[in-house]
Amino acid sequence: MQLAIVVNEGPYTHQASDTAYHFTKAALEKGHGITRVFFYHDGVNNGTRLTVPPQDDRNLQKLWSELGEKHGLDMVVCIAAAQRRGILDADEARRHGKDASNIAAGFRISGLGQLIEAGIEADRLVVFGD
Amino acid sequence: MAQKKKFLYLNRKAPHGTIYALESLEVVLIGAAFEQDVSLAFLDDGVFQLMAGQDTTAAGMKNFSRTFKALGDYDVRKFYVERESLAERGLTVEDLMPITYEDENEDYAEKPSIHLVGRAELAAIIADQDVVLSF
Amino acid sequence: MSTLHTVNKSPFERNALTSCTGHLLAGDAVLMIEDGVLGARTGSSAVAVVQAALESGSVYALAPDCAARGIKPDDLIEGVQLVDYAGFVDLVAQHQRTVAWL
Repeated sequence: MQLAIVVNEGPYTHQASDTAYHFTKAALEKGHGITRVFFYHDGVNNGTRLTVPPQDDRNLQKLWSELGEKHGLDMVVCIAAAQRRGILDADEARRHGKDASNIAAGFRISGLGQLIEAGIEADRLVVFGD
Repeated sequence: MAQKKKFLYLNRKAPHGTIYALESLEVVLIGAAFEQDVSLAFLDDGVFQLMAGQDTTAAGMKNFSRTFKALGDYDVRKFYVERESLAERGLTVEDLMPITYEDENEDYAEKPSIHLVGRAELAAIIADQDVVLSF
Repeated sequence: MSTLHTVNKSPFERNALTSCTGHLLAGDAVLMIEDGVLGARTGSSAVAVVQAALESGSVYALAPDCAARGIKPDDLIEGVQLVDYAGFVDLVAQHQRTVAWL
């Protein structure tokens, strides 16, 4: 079965991203396909490579990036939500005259249409938020 | 993408205090281009998103409430507002913005987009969907 | 055409569980996750809501979230079943749609 995952909260403040991560990992282990993981609202903050959590805590961005790399996941950060919250890739940074970009490995920035498309293509869509 | 799916946006949160209502509306606007079967449900504090006379000037927030009125032009014409949620909050449909669409099949007659539904009816509407997006 | 409903809010703080159970149809399932599992403990004021949900369908609680909050299997309201993340995935697959009561 093909599953689409929506993550609406950033790391640490809410558990949503953790739950989504464990769910996605379990789905992959059971042989399901992941159509896309779409990060929306504060969920875009999962895609910054600049977080430095304490050594004794989980690094959610790293966990997502590693899971994405291992399984070739399409992990999309919503462009409109990302711009509001300062998540930029190199192209976006250049376009808006910012001096740095911070998108983490394995994430890409794209439009909200990717969320609707995932809903159309997947057999199930699961929302994780707060 | 030949198949047409039923998408329901489940709105349970009030506007302005959090960004969920505004960014949910942005999904509705983008989603309209995909020509799916779209419905919006307003229940719990979500009914406050449709309040008439929202003036965000002094609060300095973006007033996106008018955008709901434009959704008819994007073929988003099914606004299901839960009767019990209104009543629990001391509201009636008269407190909400009038939201209409022009029916191209009936000489562009103006028709209401808002449909008051009971909790049981809304449960049946939820059960009829392919995709339920809640924010 | 049943539905899986996820509830991630404490019933003592928000109305997500009450609102969710008010919209259940026969055969639906409710899965309590994150702070939602606080509603799975027996002896609280939320028991009646959970029991009402059990009458129309199944109620599950995510075991890792119960464990994280010190809620033991023996503490659960009778009829509430524990699932792990793999069980969560199975529930999503078994029901035609998933509704998150955020």
